[in-house]
Amino acid sequence: MAIGLHESDFKNPVVRWIDQRLPVFTMMQKEYGTFPTPRNFNYFWNFGALAMVNLMIMIATGVFLAMHYAPHTAHAFDSVERIMRDVNYGWLIRYVHMNGASMFFIVVFIHIWRGMYYGSYKAPRELLWMLGVVIFLLMMATAFMGYVLPWGQMSFWGATVITNLFSAFPLVGEWIVSLLWGGFSVDNPTLNRFFSLHYLLPFLIVGVVFLHVVALHITGSNNPLGIEPKGPQDTLPFHPYYTAKDSFGLVIYFIVFAGFVFFAPNYLGHPDNYIPANPLVTPAHIVPEWYFLPFYAILRAVPNKLGGVLLMFGSVAILFVLPWLDSSPVRSMRFRPMARIAFLLWTVCFFVLMYCGAKPPEEPYVIISRIATAYYFAYFLVILPLLARLERPLPLPESIARAVLGGGPLPAGAAAKPMEKA
Amino acid sequence: MADSGEATAGGTPRRDFLNLVTTAFAAVGVGAVAWPFIASMQPSRDVLALASTEVDLGPIAEGQAVTVMWRGKPVFVRHRTAAEIAAARAVPPSQLPDPQPDQARVQRDQWLVVLGVCTHLGCVPLGQKPTDARGDYGGWFCPCHGSHYDTSGRIRKGPAPRNLVIPQYAFISDTKIRIG
Amino acid sequence: MFRTKLKAFAVLGGLLAAAPSPAGAAGEAIAIPDTRFSFDGVFGTFDHASAQRGFQVYKEVCSACHAMRQLSYRNLQELGLSEQQVAAIAAQFQVMDGPNDEGQMFERPARPSDRFRSPFPNQQAARAANNGAYPPDLSVIVKARPGGADYIYALLTGYADPPPGVTMMDGMNYNRYFPGHQIAMPAPLNPDQVQYADGTPATVEQMARDVTTFLAWAAEPELEQRRAMGVKVILFLTILAGLAYAVKRKVWADVH
Repeated sequence: MAIGLHESDFKNPVVRWIDQRLPVFTMMQKEYGTFPTPRNFNYFWNFGALAMVNLMIMIATGVFLAMHYAPHTAHAFDSVERIMRDVNYGWLIRYVHMNGASMFFIVVFIHIWRGMYYGSYKAPRELLWMLGVVIFLLMMATAFMGYVLPWGQMSFWGATVITNLFSAFPLVGEWIVSLLWGGFSVDNPTLNRFFSLHYLLPFLIVGVVFLHVVALHITGSNNPLGIEPKGPQDTLPFHPYYTAKDSFGLVIYFIVFAGFVFFAPNYLGHPDNYIPANPLVTPAHIVPEWYFLPFYAILRAVPNKLGGVLLMFGSVAILFVLPWLDSSPVRSMRFRPMARIAFLLWTVCFFVLMYCGAKPPEEPYVIISRIATAYYFAYFLVILPLLARLERPLPLPESIARAVLGGGPLPAGAAAKPMEKA
Repeated sequence: MADSGEATAGGTPRRDFLNLVTTAFAAVGVGAVAWPFIASMQPSRDVLALASTEVDLGPIAEGQAVTVMWRGKPVFVRHRTAAEIAAARAVPPSQLPDPQPDQARVQRDQWLVVLGVCTHLGCVPLGQKPTDARGDYGGWFCPCHGSHYDTSGRIRKGPAPRNLVIPQYAFISDTKIRIG
Repeated sequence: MFRTKLKAFAVLGGLLAAAPSPAGAAGEAIAIPDTRFSFDGVFGTFDHASAQRGFQVYKEVCSACHAMRQLSYRNLQELGLSEQQVAAIAAQFQVMDGPNDEGQMFERPARPSDRFRSPFPNQQAARAANNGAYPPDLSVIVKARPGGADYIYALLTGYADPPPGVTMMDGMNYNRYFPGHQIAMPAPLNPDQVQYADGTPATVEQMARDVTTFLAWAAEPELEQRRAMGVKVILFLTILAGLAYAVKRKVWADVH
C-alpha cells in the first residue's frame, strides 16, 4: 500500500479507488453495515432514523418551494397561492412541507420520549442527549420562522406575540426585539430575515445531527433493558437486521404522512392562516401550531411576563441538565417502578398542557395549566433527584442475550451491576 | 431510503426473490417521488397562459419596424418595402449558409416576423431603428460578433449558424397578428 | 413488541386528540349543521354543473363586493367550460392594463389569462364602500373559516330575525351562524335572484349550495387530483409495507 492511501477492503476498482482516497465506503460499511447494535431494540428505536428521513424531506421540499416563494409582504401570501394553483405539483410539495413539519415534531417527541423512558440521557450518553436538545431548539426556531412565511393572520400575529416576548428581558429586551423585527413592528424586514434564517437553520441542524450520530457511534446505542451489551451475543450487525426493520417502520411512517397530506392536509393547521395578514385586525384567538402548545401553556400559566418567558425557555433548557438531575444508576424505567409512574404522569401532563395551550386563557384552563406546569418542573427538579436516592429498582437481567433469548430465573447475586460501562 | 436489506449469507432463492420484489417496489416509489419535484421546475400554468401576444400592424408604415416583447424575448415585426422583398427573393440558395426561400419565411410578403435573438450567442441584433446599422444586406447586424442578416432575416455573413427564428404566429385580421 | 407498538400509537393518538379544535373561541361555540356536498368524503368530487351555477351566482351577486384575486378566468375550464366559453366570459369584464407607449394606464377586455376582476382597487376602497366593513376575498374562504363549506352554506342560509331580547347594532344583520350573530353583510341571496341557464329553480338553498360548491372548488381546485393520488399512494405503500414486513421477518427469522 502506497503511503497516504487508506487500506480499502473493497474489490470493485472504482469503489476501491475512491475509498483509498476518501474512505466513505469503509465508513458506511463500519457505521451502517457491520456496526454492532443491541439485538433487543423495539420500534421506539426507529424514530431517530425517521427524523433523519423527515429532515431530508423538509430540505428537499423547502428548496423547491423557495424556487417559487416571494419573501415580500406584498407578495408572500399570493406566491404561496400561486404555488398551490399554478406550479406543477406545487400543492403537493407545499402540503408535504407543511405536514412534514408536524410529522417532524411527532417523530422527535416520540424519539425524546424514548430517551427519557429508557435513560438514554445517562452516562456515557450525556453529550449525545445535549446535542439532541440543541437539535430540538433549532427545530423550534426553524418551525417558528417557517410558519411566518405564508404571511397569513396567524403568521403575523404569532410572530408579533413571540417576538414581543423578548422585551421581557431587562435592559436588553427592547434592543433584542428591535433587532429581530428590523423595524418598529413585525413587517417586511422581519419577513425577509426570517426567510433567510429559515433556509439556513436546517443546514445547521444537519451539522448537529452529524455530531449527534457520531456521538452515538462512540458510545453505542442504548436499548430497552438499559444494560450495556457484553459481547457479540448481545448485538447484531446494523445491516441487514436494522436496515430491514427501519425500512418497514419507514413505510408505516409514510402511510401516516400520506394520510395527512392527501386526505387531511389542513387538519393540523389553523384556518386563520388562510386570511392574509392584517396588522390592524387581531384574530379572536392567537394560537401557535400544535407542537408549540405545551410551551405556550407554560408561558401563559405564569402571571408575570418575565417569569412566563423564563419558564417557557426553561421547560426546554432543563432537558440539558437532566443527566445530572437524575442520578439513578438504573437506566431503563422498566426496572424503576416508581420513576415509571412519575414519568407516565409527566407524559399525561405534557398532553394536558398541549390541550390547555389551545384554549382561551380562562378558568378552568388557567388553574389546570398551573398545576400541570408545576408538575412538569417538579418531575425534573424534585421527583427524579429524590427517586434516584430513595427508589429501590427491580433486579436487572444478567445480560441482553439472557433476557432476550430466555433462560430461567437468575441465580442469586447474578443480577448485572447497574450502569455497565461499555 | 427503503433499503430492503440484501441477505448477508447467501439466502434461499425465495428470500432473494422477496428482497428483489421489495427493492423493486421501493425503487418505483422513489422514482415516483422524484417526478413532482422535476415537474415543478417546468413552466407553471400561469406562465404557459401568458404564451401569446397580439400585435396591431396598423400603425406600422411601409419600411418601418417595431419590436414587441414575447415570452421575455424581442420580436421584430418589419413592414417590408417592395425593394426589400425583391432583394430577398433574388438571392441564390448557394449564397445562404442556412438555405431557406423567402416565401417559406413569411405568411404575407410585406410582413416579416422574426425573433430578435441572434442565433450565434443570443444578442439582440441592430436594425430596427432607422439610424441603426443594418449590415451589408439591408436586414440586421449583430454588434456582438459581426453577424449580418438580410431582408428576410437570413444569416448571410458572420458566425451565426442559423437564420433568425420565425415564431409561430397567425393573422387574426388584416391588421392584427397573434404571436404564440 | 405489541405493547410497545401500542404505546407508540397511544402517544400518536394522544397527539391527535390534543390537536386544536376549531371551536376554541371565547364564548358560546355555535354548532354548524353538517351539510352533504358532492365533494364530501374520500371519493367525493365537485359537481361541475353545480359549480358552474355557483360561478353564475358569484358573478351576478357576490362579485359586486367580493374579489377573488387568486383565480384566473382560464381556471374556469376545469369546471367543464370550453375554451371559447371562457374567452367569452372573460371578455365581458374590463381590466386595467398598461402603461402604454404614452405612459398611460388603460382598460381593455379581459383575456382568459387575466385574474378575476376585483370590484375595488384596494382594501380601503372596499371598506369605504361598505360602511368600514371589508368584504373578504373569497378565493380561499372555505379554508379560512372553521367549519369550511358547511359553515359557508350555513351562513348563507342562516339569516333570520333577531330573537327577542337581542338588539342589533347599527347596520348589522342577525345571522344564526356568524360568530357573535351580528354580521355586516345583509342577506345576499333572495329567491329567484339569478336565472339559471340550465333551468334549475333558484331557491336560496339551491343558490347557497351552488355558490358553496363553487367556492369550495375555488379554494381547493386540486382536491380531486389530490385524493385520487392519495388513494394510489396509500395502496402502494400498504403493499410495500406488507413486502417490507415479510423481508423483516425473513431477515430476523434466525434471531427470534
